Amino acid sequence: MTGAGGQSWRTQKRVFATIATGPILWLLLFFIIPLAVLWAYSFGRNVGLTEIEISGTFANYAKAIEPLYLQIFGKSIAVAGLTTFICLIVGFPVALAITFATPKWKPWLLLGIMLPFWTNLLIRTYALMAVLRTEGYANQSLGWLWQLSSNARVVLGLQPLDAFEPLHLLYNNFAVVLGLVYVHLPFMVLPLYAALDRLDRSLIEASLDLGAGHFRTLLTIVAPLAAPGIISGVVITFVPALGAYLTPDLLGGTDSQMIANVIERQFKRANDWPFGSALSFMLMYATFIMIAWQAQRERKLMRTGIGPDVGARA
Amino acid sequence: MDKMSLLRDSIMGRRSLLKSLGAAAIGISFTGGLAACSKGGDKAAGGKEEPKLNFYNWDTYIGETTLDDFRGASGIDVNMSLFATNDELFAKLRAGNPGFDVIVPSNDFVERMVKAEMLMPLDHTKIPNFKNVGEAFKNVSYDPSRAYSMPYTWLTLGIGYRKSKVHAKPDSWKVLLDSDEYKGRIALLSEAGDLFRLAAKYKGHSVNGVTKEMMPELEAMLKKQKANVKAFHEDNGQDLLLSGEVDLVLEYNGDIAQIMKEDPDIDFVIPKEGSQFNSDNLAIPKGAPHPENAHAFINYLLDAEAGKKISETILYPTPNEAAKALMPAEYKNNPVIFPPADVLAKCEYAAYNPELQPLYEEAFTRIRAD
Repeated sequence: MTGAGGQSWRTQKRVFATIATGPILWLLLFFIIPLAVLWAYSFGRNVGLTEIEISGTFANYAKAIEPLYLQIFGKSIAVAGLTTFICLIVGFPVALAITFATPKWKPWLLLGIMLPFWTNLLIRTYALMAVLRTEGYANQSLGWLWQLSSNARVVLGLQPLDAFEPLHLLYNNFAVVLGLVYVHLPFMVLPLYAALDRLDRSLIEASLDLGAGHFRTLLTIVAPLAAPGIISGVVITFVPALGAYLTPDLLGGTDSQMIANVIERQFKRANDWPFGSALSFMLMYATFIMIAWQAQRERKLMRTGIGPDVGARA
Repeated sequence: MDKMSLLRDSIMGRRSLLKSLGAAAIGISFTGGLAACSKGGDKAAGGKEEPKLNFYNWDTYIGETTLDDFRGASGIDVNMSLFATNDELFAKLRAGNPGFDVIVPSNDFVERMVKAEMLMPLDHTKIPNFKNVGEAFKNVSYDPSRAYSMPYTWLTLGIGYRKSKVHAKPDSWKVLLDSDEYKGRIALLSEAGDLFRLAAKYKGHSVNGVTKEMMPELEAMLKKQKANVKAFHEDNGQDLLLSGEVDLVLEYNGDIAQIMKEDPDIDFVIPKEGSQFNSDNLAIPKGAPHPENAHAFINYLLDAEAGKKISETILYPTPNEAAKALMPAEYKNNPVIFPPADVLAKCEYAAYNPELQPLYEEAFTRIRAD
């Protein structure tokens, strides 16, 4: 936030109030109030089939921290963490490539990253299923290559290969992580790109001129300067991945349930809204902690001078 | 290609996956719980109802021209909205009827909604076509003497399988629930209640004879079987079977009957231990703005000719004897759609059990987390 802008907001209180009322009301009506109702439910219990009595009980939270559910939380965090890590490893070079692409190419590359957003998540997941299933495109291609190399061996006078065994690519944890990476990669690339694009190129030149190799420049110059972008990317990928529900449902196997699937079942099949609310809020607390951590990291980075506005200062 | 098979190729079961997950993708609907302030009250002043009706139905679960035909016959405009699961229906109506006149809950949900006082008693004098309903459906355990609901379709769970991939006809629940014979080639329905009830059936109990004491044993069996199961499906077992993803699947007969038309290598069997019936029913939720029209509409759906047109489209077994009589032989005499009487004699409706339902769900969560 620039100083001048802040000043004028502070003096023009009426303008500020007019503009802010709409969004604040919206947030209150469609976010805060529904959330408050859920929060109240989480301290309630089912009375009969449709009534919930808000009795102030902590029983739902006590149940939510039973080993069974903690284990599912743990698994969800591990899956989301792995997804985030792979997104970072894959996304960083992509963001770097876009940053250093010629101005003619840049918009096209960015468009390529954003294009999947125009297709519904459900459709994309189904497309992935068509690729991964036993008789899907991936296995068909592999089978074709297998046949080809088998034929080649026959030509060379060797034993042909055994019949191709299709790989089990779908309905397991691998498919869930792959699906999550596929869906969340743009969330990682875009903030990384935003951070890298702002980066002062002369610092990189200086590093290279002074004798550091490309890899070392990347690690000691580019990565720290892009840290705010990395942190944003990590949070913005990790949080939705933690709450993923459709992907494990469609791509997962018998042991791929994540916490969001359990929450969904409480609201639907189990008809236990109080417990579902408690689980939701456990997830929400975890998310808040994540965001608070990010905010703190950012503040720390700003203090040490490697903040997002380092370019402006330079 | 005759008309029936043309129809068949263009349809999909109401329990098919895209739809159920389409709704799931949007997320849990809170309309029922939080936004039920707009309880439909657009009843016209005076005695006569305005010619409108709000119908809440499963997707692809009505004849192609049924709603238009009804408007032609009665002048009432039907506005149809769709739900994908009973849970969604229940969640929507839980905090009050948002304005629906006719809904289509399954048998256990009829029971549940009657217990929760969410349904309006039916006035049988306004539904003379009740006479078309088969004797077996006139008085059912989940709704004695049909006080609250009229039967719309029925279906039964069984094993859909690929004939060329099994050694023998899989006519026991053992192959699905308690055996590694078909390891990694099985998909089970992801419904905790159904799984535990069928496991009990396999062990020689009634589907309604499950007790708390039996639960650990059943849970242990299913936990062990999980290693042999490829996926828990969201009622899209027919797709998994058709695409060759699995060779045996726990599914409803109607769903398997549909894909048998596309792939002659697929068959369906109701295991010798017996199975579980389901039935979808027409009911009027309390607070319906147009109860008169709702009765007229239910009566119309039970008409022979209207029922025939519905069955032609959706191809589920119909409880409407008069409509069934008008159907072609390949539907009437299809042993998958209408299993033989001795097999059906061993099938039961699952009653709603409020004590066990949460135990089923929790045990299933444990099984999946294991």
